[in-house]
Formats: sequence, C-alpha cells, structure tokens
Amino acid sequence: MRDWNTQARNREARLVRAAHLTQGKTVEAKDAAALLSAVLEPGDRVCLEGNNQKQADFLAKVLAGLDPARVHDLHMVQSVLALPEHLDVFDRGVASRLDFSFSGPQGARLAKLVAEGRINIGAIHTYLELFGRYFVDLTPRVSLVCAQAADRAGNLYTGPNTEDTPTIVEATAFKRGIVIAQVNQIVDSLPRVDIPADWVDFVIQSPKPHYIEPLFTRDPAQISEIQVLMAMMAIKGIYAEYEVNRLNHGIGFDTAAIELLLPTYAESLGLKGRICRHWALNPHPALIPAIEAGFVESVHSFGSELGMEKYIEARPDVFFTGPDGSMRSNRAMSQAAGHYACDMFIGSTLQIDLGGNSSTATLGRIAGFGGAPNMGSDARGRRHASPAWLKAGREAREGRGLMPRGQKLVVQMVETFREHMQPAFVERLDAWELAESAGMDLPPVMIYGEDVSHILTEEGIANLLLCRTDEEREQAIRGVAGYTPVGLARDKRMVENLRDRGIIRRPEDLGIDKSLATRDLLAARSVKDLVRASGGLYDPPKRFRNW
Amino acid sequence: MTQSYYEASARERLAAVLDPSSFQEILPPSARVMSPHLRQLDTPAAFDDGIIVGEGRLDGQPVLAAAQEGGFMGGAVGEVHGAKLVGLLERALDTRPTAVLLLVESGGVRLHEANAGLIAVSEVMRAVLAVRGAGIPVIVLDGGQFGCFGGMGIVARLCDTVIISEEGRLGLSGPEVIETTCGVEEFDSRDRALVWRTVGGKHRTLLGEAGELVADATAAFRAAAIRALALTPDLSLEALEREHAALGQRIERFGECHDAVDIWRALGVEDPERLPLLEAADFNTVTAGKRA
Amino acid sequence: METLKFEYRGGRPCNPAQASALAGVVGSGNLEILVEQEPLNGACAVEVVTAAVGFGAIWQAVLDDFFARHPLADVRISINDVGATPAVVSLRLDQAVNAFLGGTA
Repeated sequence: MRDWNTQARNREARLVRAAHLTQGKTVEAKDAAALLSAVLEPGDRVCLEGNNQKQADFLAKVLAGLDPARVHDLHMVQSVLALPEHLDVFDRGVASRLDFSFSGPQGARLAKLVAEGRINIGAIHTYLELFGRYFVDLTPRVSLVCAQAADRAGNLYTGPNTEDTPTIVEATAFKRGIVIAQVNQIVDSLPRVDIPADWVDFVIQSPKPHYIEPLFTRDPAQISEIQVLMAMMAIKGIYAEYEVNRLNHGIGFDTAAIELLLPTYAESLGLKGRICRHWALNPHPALIPAIEAGFVESVHSFGSELGMEKYIEARPDVFFTGPDGSMRSNRAMSQAAGHYACDMFIGSTLQIDLGGNSSTATLGRIAGFGGAPNMGSDARGRRHASPAWLKAGREAREGRGLMPRGQKLVVQMVETFREHMQPAFVERLDAWELAESAGMDLPPVMIYGEDVSHILTEEGIANLLLCRTDEEREQAIRGVAGYTPVGLARDKRMVENLRDRGIIRRPEDLGIDKSLATRDLLAARSVKDLVRASGGLYDPPKRFRNW
Repeated sequence: MTQSYYEASARERLAAVLDPSSFQEILPPSARVMSPHLRQLDTPAAFDDGIIVGEGRLDGQPVLAAAQEGGFMGGAVGEVHGAKLVGLLERALDTRPTAVLLLVESGGVRLHEANAGLIAVSEVMRAVLAVRGAGIPVIVLDGGQFGCFGGMGIVARLCDTVIISEEGRLGLSGPEVIETTCGVEEFDSRDRALVWRTVGGKHRTLLGEAGELVADATAAFRAAAIRALALTPDLSLEALEREHAALGQRIERFGECHDAVDIWRALGVEDPERLPLLEAADFNTVTAGKRA
Repeated sequence: METLKFEYRGGRPCNPAQASALAGVVGSGNLEILVEQEPLNGACAVEVVTAAVGFGAIWQAVLDDFFARHPLADVRISINDVGATPAVVSLRLDQAVNAFLGGTA
C-alpha cells in the first residue's frame, strides 16, 4: 500500500530533530546553524529570500557556513542572487543546483562558477514564472525568509518590503515544508499580520536588521539633456498618442526623466488626467512631483524603497497601505498587474538587434532577467479593452486579415551609443556568445522583438506595429540607430519612405523643439528638490545626499 | 524654477551674477591660451584652461571677476589657469575696481602640472594679499559641485569673505583623501551627510569660515555679492591678532567635540540635528547671532 | 588623442551676432565647441581634437549632417572632445551655432 503522507511524516521528523532548540517558535541567533543543520537534508530544495530589495542576510550567512559533509547538494531556488553568501553556498559545496531570476550584483562571479562547473543552473526565469513554479515543480522544502517583526505566536509583519514573502511562504507551508524567518525584532503586538503564524515554523531575531538595497532611487542631478529630449518624445509621441493611463516603468535615468517631466512638459501639453494615472511601480522618489501635481491616482508596488516610508504613509489615497498605515508591497501581484492590467511597459536595455530583440547579456556575466520579460511582453490572455490596447492592436493587424485583438505597448528606450562609444544597436546580440559559453539552451533575450511595439532613441521613434515585412522592420530600426554601424548601413530611401508613412518619426515630426530639451524642464533637478517636493517627508539614504 | 548656481556652468554663473551683458572676457577661448603641459601629457585641454577672467559691473560698480569651470579637471589650477587669475588680480592694482569676485570651484592644484601648478597657486595667494593690501576687497562665491579645496581652499580664506550655499564645500584635504590617509573610522567619505556637516556651507558659516549662507540660486549669490561690495579689507596687526585669538578660543571651546552637531549645540542652537534639513532662509533665522 | 580635420564648401555667408561663440565643457562624455568667423574663401573648416581615437568615420557622418543643417561659409569650428556620443556632439554643435548666429538659426 502506498504511503500518501510522506511529506508530512518527513516534516515531523525534521521538527523533532529541531525541537530542543526552540522556545515556542523562537530560536536564538546563536542556535541558527544548529537549527539549519537539524531541519535540512541533503538534496533539499531551499528557497532563500534574496529578493530584489530585502535580503535574509543573517540566514544566508549561516547557510553558507554549514558543514558540507552534513548539508550538501542543496537545490537553491530564489529570486535574486544579491549577496556574496548567495554564491558562497556553492563555493563551499553546501548547494549545487540553482534556479533563479536575477543576479545583477553577482553576475560575474556566477559566470565564473558556471565555467568552473561548480554550479548547475536549472534555468533563469522572470520573477512571476519562478513563483509559478514554486507551485508546480520547484516547491521549496525549506524556506528562509525575512520580516520586520514577529510576535510570540509566530505571526510576521513584513511591512513595506513584503515583496516575495507571501508567495514563498504559501508554496512552502501548504506542501508541508518548513518556514524559518529572520526578523529584526520580536514584539508583543504587530502593527498588522502579513504572514499568519500557522504558516511559520521558526522565528530567529537576527543580530542586525536585514539588509535592504535602495535600487529604485535615481538622482535627478545625473539626468542628461539627451535623456530629457527622449523623455519629451516618449510623452508626446507615445503617452499622448495612445493615452497611456496604466503603465510600468523599467528603472533607469531615462524613465526617471519621463517621471520628472510629467508636472512640467506633460502638464504644458494638457495631459494631466489623461495619462499616467495608474502605476505598477516601486515607489520611485522621482515620481513624487508627479504625485504632488495630481497626475497619479494609484501605485501598486513590487517592493518598497528606502527613505520613502513616511511619504507613502502620508499619501494613502495613492499607495497600497494597511490599516496600520505602512505600505504593503507584493511582487507576485504587482507582476501580474504589470502583465495584464497595464497598457504599456517602457524600459531601457543594453543591446538591440535588427529584429528588435533586446538583451542585457554581456560576456563574462550571467545577470538574468528580473521582471522585465513579464512586464515587457504582450499579454495574450488579456481580454478587457482599453483605448491604448485597441489602438496598438489595430496598428499591428490592419490590412492583414487577422482576428482583431489588442496589443500591449512595449517600448524600448535607448540612446544609440552607450558609455565608451559602445553602440546599442548591433547585428548580433552578445547573448548568442554568452549562451554558447555558458551552455544555455537559448540566447538570453530580455524582450523579444515580436513583442516590441516601439523603439525610441534620441534620433526618433520607430513604430514596429506598423511594419508589415521583416525588411521594413529592419530599416525602421536602422532608421533610429543614428551613427552606429547599424544605423549608417541604412537604406536611405527606404528610411525616408518609412518616415513619410509615419513609421519613423523624428523630434521635428512630433513638433518638438530640441532647444527646449534642457534640464530646466525637470520638475526636480536634485535629490534635495525631491525632498522639497515631498514637503520634507522623503528621507533619502545617506549616499544620495549632498547637504 | 530659479536658476541653480550649482547646476550652472562657470560662464552661466558670471552672466547671472554680474549686471546683464556687462562682462567683457579677457583672454577669451578664441585667444587659445592653453596649457602646454596637458598637450605633452596627451590629455584633453580647454581653450580657456578652465577659468574665465574679465571685467564687468556689479550693481553698477566696476568689478573684476573670475569663474572656475569645475567640469574641466575639477577646476584644478594649472600654470595657465593660475596665471590668468594672477593676471586678473594684478590688473586690479592698475584699474582699482570696487571689488574682485572669485567664483571658485576647484579641487586645488592640478597635479598633472606638478610644480607649475603649485607655484601658480602660491602666486595667486600673494596676489590676493596685494589686492587686499591696496584696499580692494576680494569676494569668494562657493557653491559648485567640486567645492573649494586644497590650495584654493587656502586662497578662499585669504579673501575678505566667502559667500557659500548649503551645497558648497570649503576645506583643505578632500574627504576621500582624509579617508584614504587616516582610515574610514576617522572619516567615512561616503557618509555624505557627515561630509557636509564637516566642510559644507552651513557648518562653515556657523564656524565663521564663511560670511554668509545663501540659497542655491544665482540671484541669491548676486544679492549677497552686492552686499559684500561694502567690505573694506583689514590687514592690520590688530585684525590678525583678533583672528589668532578667535582660533585659539575655537580649540578651547570645541576641541572635545566629536561632530559638527556638538559644536552647533555648544553655540546655543536649538535642535541642531535639524539644521541640515532647513532651507537657507530658515537656517539664517534660526542661527542668527550664533557664530563661533 | 587624435586630431581630425574637415572642410566644407558651398555654404552661405552668415551674419553672426558675435565674432565667436563657445558651447560645452571639456569633461568626460562632453566637448567644447568654438565657432569663429574667419575669412576662409567661403569654406567652413572644422578641427576636432579628441581623446576618443578611431571614430573618424562617425565624425564625418555627424559633421556632414551638421553642415546640411547649417551650411555656413567663412566659419572656423574648433572642438576639444572627451568621448562625447554623436547625440551630444550634434546637440552642442547646434547650441554653438545658435549662440554664434544670435538665436536666428
């Protein structure tokens, strides 16, 4: 007779091994290593909160320091490889397999470990895809999470940086897995309950508060005139054209420039109330002036941003906050919102090829994807209509005898040359070489050309929706690739023709006076301006101050 | 929005601080008086070697003015750059303007030019004292990204007054140099709030190194410069002895203080932690009469 | 460092607001451009001194397009460049010429 309850029995056995270390659910920090050694078994699938922003850093350190003779061949599943410890576990032989989404800070070391055969990558995912697999074939057996606080029963308060925690804990707890949480403090009563105690097995107060990285702050002082020009083109040529009201911005100085031009340039075009009302977005400080000016009705966030806490609490009509006043973020839900409930994604990239495929892959670094593939792809399951979605769908399908449907606007915004005169437009993405050298099944493409609706450079906007042949598409891209080798190799007559048909539009065609593209157009030109705009509520991290 | 002094180029600052259209540049870019040293080092050079000098008017009064371009080599002083500044100061002895304005933004000596740069700065120091000795005030404006450090920091304190914004910094060794030499425990240069508490405009004003704190606006700098036109240089022995006594007292009063906030508290400022958050006008109100 | 020279003919004589105009600053990713009126038998002479070596073809393309926008005669254009991208170069050229011609360009 088959035993149908093996997981629960196994869970019980692990809890029994750890019982002597606990007081209720609480375990002392000094016993953390003993706890992990007791509850982990070789080959376990372990989820560690390497989120985009917050990190279960104490647990990561303990995990990396375990005896590989006892705990080995773990299969790590996590969103982000952010800390050195996230790779130390492989270096030391505690873990051997990895499924993840993003590894920006650790990309170079990851590539090295892969090259040395010390780490076996299952796959690189976009966040929502990885979360989905937690409920299918990558369910964690043990999850190491972090929270702001726990109460004595084991309820958790994850606060503004809730991020991935609810998704991870749900997948683990309801498949008889083990959830261990590091918390900044253990209190009698929590501001609110984000994760119920029933779902949590162990709580450890870490010696230091868990690390949170301010990834979404962009100093307006670093925005260039070229970026201001591109932002003007985005607002007039796309946001106004399609009446984009529901959107996500990929983080960068280009999009920060757009956010800072809303109260000034967009306002002067009469666009308040007609664009940019609902956002799936982290609480970018650069959005403060647009919020204060009345452009923004709602923002749902993947995670929080250091320094924005008090501002968010003072603007509950805009942000998603609990009855306690603090924000609640949720990466899985925000990613779902970005996929289905937004009409436009706009972001930057490192390289674009002649098909419009874009990639941030570079040799010697395995950086992964993060959320961009999900945000920056057409949502084929979508059914509800909006003016922007219908218009984009019509432009793509007109005259082709296809079943009509809408399409998401996916805009790639990039200067033709990057630093050190590296062209952003290439005949062949570095992704191909990286795939070969790292043994990947496919070249790692961030956003597929088939999903890209527009490419925006300082030279103009290429509307790929209106292209009807591969050749038109290629020349449209060359037509905005400026003086890069790709751009200089354009078919001049074809590009002129595309411009006549409105497939390529230059700043002049959009009625934009380039001499107005100065930093004076920014609603805030410094971090201090952002603090002022927030009425003193925004409290920037030290590294962004110059006062 | 008002024009930011911090954001403006050296040329834009001169145009905004002086009376409209009154500035006549001496040795303009078209004269191509450039650094011979940078060419030898195969390093990009500027037509004006990073400093604009000339004459103009301020509130109708004749002035000589110089502005350093921080965007070029951090405003560092090379041989030609220094010679233009010295030449301007020596011209003051001939033309007797109401004042000389120095819109400083400099990390100090241009290391590329080694001894030539060092000599240039020392000649600037001597020329400043000669101008002041002739009864002509030399007024410094400090509010750019690169601050006023090294040899130019010393030059600034040889002048009659420093008009500074909160973003402006005034010091000798740069924060990174202090950290590299003395360790991060001594001074963490990445703790920007600490850097500004230590060498920034507000602390310099409270300590008496700067004469006036203004908002980051070219209009505010202009207004303060106009007020400073009334200054008369005092190089008397009494003045020097007063300065020495004040510096001696400073060590006695604040020698045990660990951080600028402790000094501000000792000066009788209420809620000193909030000072960095105040706008210039509020800062001046709150700290009126409280100077080291 | 590299020095590149270009010459254009067939431009129109202009009536500048000042004898010379300067735009930009010699900083990383930036450049300064000096535009001066000078009798050159109708030519427009451009000299580029640049820290970014090997981009002559791109300078040619950028300047060709610039001359098409502003066909000037008897003008000398002198550039000190520290690796500015073509976008920044074109922007500064337009800024310098606008200042030179007194905003009538």
